[in-house]
Amino acid sequence: MNAIQTSGLTKYHGRARGIIDLDLTVGEGECFGLIGPNGAGKSTTIRTLLGLIRPTAGQAQVLGMDITKENTRILSQVGYLPSETAFYPNMKVKDVLRLSARLRKKDCSAEAQDLCRRLQLDTQQKTERLSFGNRKKVSIVCALQHSPSLLILDEPTSGLDPLMQREFFTILRERNEQGATIFLSSHVLSEIQQNCTRAGVIREGRLVACDRVETLIQTNTKRISVRGNVRLEDLPGVRGLKGSDGTFSFLYDGDVKQLLHTLAAGDITDLSMTDPDLEEIFFHYYEDGGDTK
Amino acid sequence: MTLIIHECRQGFRSLAIWTASISAFLILCIFMYPEMKNEMKDVSDMFSSMGAFSEAFGMDRLDFGTLTGFYAVECGNILGIGGASFASLLAVSALAKEEKGRTAESLLTHPISRRVIVTEKLAAVMLQILVLNIIVFLLPALSIAAIGEPIPWKEICLLHLAHFLVQTELSGICFGISAFLRRGGLGIGLGIAVVMYFIDIIANITDKADVLEYLTPFGYADGAKIVTNACLDKEMILLGMGLAAIGAAAAYWKYCRKDIQ
Repeated sequence: MNAIQTSGLTKYHGRARGIIDLDLTVGEGECFGLIGPNGAGKSTTIRTLLGLIRPTAGQAQVLGMDITKENTRILSQVGYLPSETAFYPNMKVKDVLRLSARLRKKDCSAEAQDLCRRLQLDTQQKTERLSFGNRKKVSIVCALQHSPSLLILDEPTSGLDPLMQREFFTILRERNEQGATIFLSSHVLSEIQQNCTRAGVIREGRLVACDRVETLIQTNTKRISVRGNVRLEDLPGVRGLKGSDGTFSFLYDGDVKQLLHTLAAGDITDLSMTDPDLEEIFFHYYEDGGDTK
Repeated sequence: MTLIIHECRQGFRSLAIWTASISAFLILCIFMYPEMKNEMKDVSDMFSSMGAFSEAFGMDRLDFGTLTGFYAVECGNILGIGGASFASLLAVSALAKEEKGRTAESLLTHPISRRVIVTEKLAAVMLQILVLNIIVFLLPALSIAAIGEPIPWKEICLLHLAHFLVQTELSGICFGISAFLRRGGLGIGLGIAVVMYFIDIIANITDKADVLEYLTPFGYADGAKIVTNACLDKEMILLGMGLAAIGAAAAYWKYCRKDIQ
């Protein structure tokens, strides 16, 4: 059984595009990342899966259950971390956590206590007085305290300092090892690259690529860094040329022999060829219309 | 049940302020009555002969010099406008406040169906209205006993019951509207309460506008009619409760299929 499976999932907000014809599969126990800039359709995908908005067309199952017919059963096994946190007024952190647990008809006090300790969250504080990062922590505890089998995280690290981000991903890895599926959306590519096994790239509401993170990175494109002087004007396949004072780098997806011939004709003192990181791949999908190379 | 308790906790401060305010005004009026009673003998005729103004508040049909007449006019108006405003404001924000405060996303991703959310929120609204009405009934009744006057149980029970039903009708309508709103609707809620109140005043002033009484729930909470007839207008109440039920049904229909922003 897949944790998430969508088929032709489409959502329009009136005439505005949300997501179009989304076919997505996330296996059980996987850590899947959805990459895309603001407005690409990441949150719309998540909100549709959670039943906050109704799909215009297509179908989707979460944990084997239909999103429109079995929404409540799905939600009992899902922990959701929204990108923006909001709380009811005049409540302390402990009240928010207790309310969330009661709405789930579960006693999550032991798990909540452990998560608050690890995230250094004071449960006696009023939510109005919390910093943005601490508000995020409250939402994290709410999403995790009932030990869900599927975690859906929308921009999970915004507002968290680097130490807390590290602790948060350690907790996620532990949950993943215990069998939980993780589906996270982000535009911070490094966190997808470091924490996810598979990723999908969403562009203008459509899924333009979906594969293992290593496969997405393994394209024909290379990052070339050169020290010295060489003429690249006539070399096809050069993109994103930048640099100064005799050191420059560029992305290359052309013929390697032709590249070596061009470099040999120049006066170079150092050369390195590396795989581009996910960030560069990401921009490649956006700049070049999403054709995998 | 969790959501009912949560809603009541969230609304406790507002409920306490409205209950205290309405009760304080009612008690103040009752404690002013012994002082005014003697003077009323002289001014009662004047109050009942001020033309449209007297008709608007039913003072042409009530003896302002008796406790029952005084209570029906003075306390009826306070209870009318105060209770209706509270009920409308409470109901119109019940569902809309979740999207306005951006808490809907969190609430609706818990394993609780939208039908249950609407049911528990409606129950919480009705419970708070009931609590307000019990307190604003008991405290004035005790105040009447405190000033040494016999308590006109039947009249004040009918009067308070009528105003509770007015609030029920308005809250049902406003609750239905709440499901369609995204940014809160305090203006709409207060507007409905005030407009309904003034429609009743207009209906009282002229016989030509009697039909307006059927448009406003205040039509069946007219103190002069209740005291004079010693009963409530069942037809108008049935119509009002029907409108409240339509409002509640609209809330279920809309909220269960609404896209949450």
